[in-house]
Amino acid sequence: MIKFNQVYKRYPGGHEALKNLSFDVAEGEMVYLTGHSGAGKSTLLKLIAAIERPSSGGVLVKGQNIRSIKPAAIPHLRRNIGLIFQDHKLLFDRNAFDNVMLPLQICGFDHRESAKRVRAALDKVGLLDREKANPVALSGGEQQRLCIARAIVNRPTILLADEPTGNLDTEYSNEIMNIFKSFHQVGVTLLISTHDESILRQFPARALHLKKGELQT
Amino acid sequence: MRTLNEHLRVLRFTLRHMLLTPNASLLNILIIGIALSLPVGGYVLLKSVQTLGAQIAGTPQISVFLASGTSAGEIDHIGDQLRQHAGIKRVEFVSRDAALKKLQQSTGLADVIGGLSQNPLPDAFIIYPKDGNATALETLRDELKTWQHFDHVQLDSAWVHKLEALLDFGRMAVAILAALLSFALIAITFNTIRLQILTRREEIEVAKLIGATDAFIRRPFLYFGLTQGLLGGITAWLLVAASLQLLNHQIGTLAQLYASDFSLRHLSPVDSITLLGFSAYLGWLGAWFSVSQHLWQIEPR
Repeated sequence: MIKFNQVYKRYPGGHEALKNLSFDVAEGEMVYLTGHSGAGKSTLLKLIAAIERPSSGGVLVKGQNIRSIKPAAIPHLRRNIGLIFQDHKLLFDRNAFDNVMLPLQICGFDHRESAKRVRAALDKVGLLDREKANPVALSGGEQQRLCIARAIVNRPTILLADEPTGNLDTEYSNEIMNIFKSFHQVGVTLLISTHDESILRQFPARALHLKKGELQT
Repeated sequence: MRTLNEHLRVLRFTLRHMLLTPNASLLNILIIGIALSLPVGGYVLLKSVQTLGAQIAGTPQISVFLASGTSAGEIDHIGDQLRQHAGIKRVEFVSRDAALKKLQQSTGLADVIGGLSQNPLPDAFIIYPKDGNATALETLRDELKTWQHFDHVQLDSAWVHKLEALLDFGRMAVAILAALLSFALIAITFNTIRLQILTRREEIEVAKLIGATDAFIRRPFLYFGLTQGLLGGITAWLLVAASLQLLNHQIGTLAQLYASDFSLRHLSPVDSITLLGFSAYLGWLGAWFSVSQHLWQIEPR
């Protein structure tokens, strides 16, 4: 599903964010990405979503090479990837329902069909009763769950989560991890970056450990 | 069906967006409307004057004044020759006595004319040519000038040429005005859209991350430019209509004095549709320039 082959990412100025990364993530697998902040976790996730391109090496996502992907093909790639951000990236000019609606509008879904899907997604993350609320009025944990609802409403095959439990206390973290677990159970490929060791203990899965841009074995 | 729904959704979104900032939207539309109304108004005025000119010049005439001392026999002979001329439709003879009488009646200068010791007017022919176009008239006039006993040949449509030249000048001025203000319209839209893109930066970024195509992101902005241009065009149309209403009220009084039914006429349906189409297109164009100039700068990081 995702294949990294001797991937390097250098930024202008000489900073090497990723060095010689090679790994595979199989379809339906759940994988953690661990390491300190600045270890390159976010950069790695950005490569998969084609937000950045590798400086050298091959990144294959669903058979597409990110290094040579055409700009016009990027939107279609991203529709297959649900992105969950630490800072949520919710839009505060519309309510929760419309935030989750956005991916479906982008794909041009019929309004009635979309509304059903949006409610299903909100239900999944336990926010069905807050659909009219503005994201500002939601707590940190609720905002994160809303972000998840938006990421899954389009039924992507890959979910990338960047520090999804970063600012949350244990109770909220467990809630969110349980949601991820349920996606894993229905066959979604998950890549979750975290620096929270307790999560790894509670929800064990394969972990890729990054240190200064290099994979630790 | 899906695309139609999408377009309707964007249109609704655009109108809602405009209503969210009613003052700014109204101001923009008004500025565009005023800018467009200037060349449109000029065009309407020119059209009306042109129609008036055509009405008056509908029957071009050539007046031929005979040299004094031309005998009655010679006059008859000239009359026959003129009537047989291939380029002449009709000939009317106005004797110097008849001309004097007419002058007395029509100008109210009876006292002055009565005081003249002798009739100063020449005998004249009024010639109605077959062909009304300017070059044919001039050829005929030049030919008649060479005839014997003709003291003076006057083409009465000469002033029509002057009017035509003036109208050409006016058309050029309107065209320049239209071109300049079209650029202004594009610039106004460009800037409006630029500000919108800046304020909706976050939304654009998120939409790109979720898999929005460039077309999807561009669409609301293009619709906004198009709608704004169209509403500006409608405003211009209404402004010109209102101005004409006011002017025609004044002209009505004036025209009555001249026993004319002249009035300024508003844009024809075809011209109106052209105006609206053009203003909508310019709005779209301004938005398009702005979007292609600014959108690529917003890439998710």
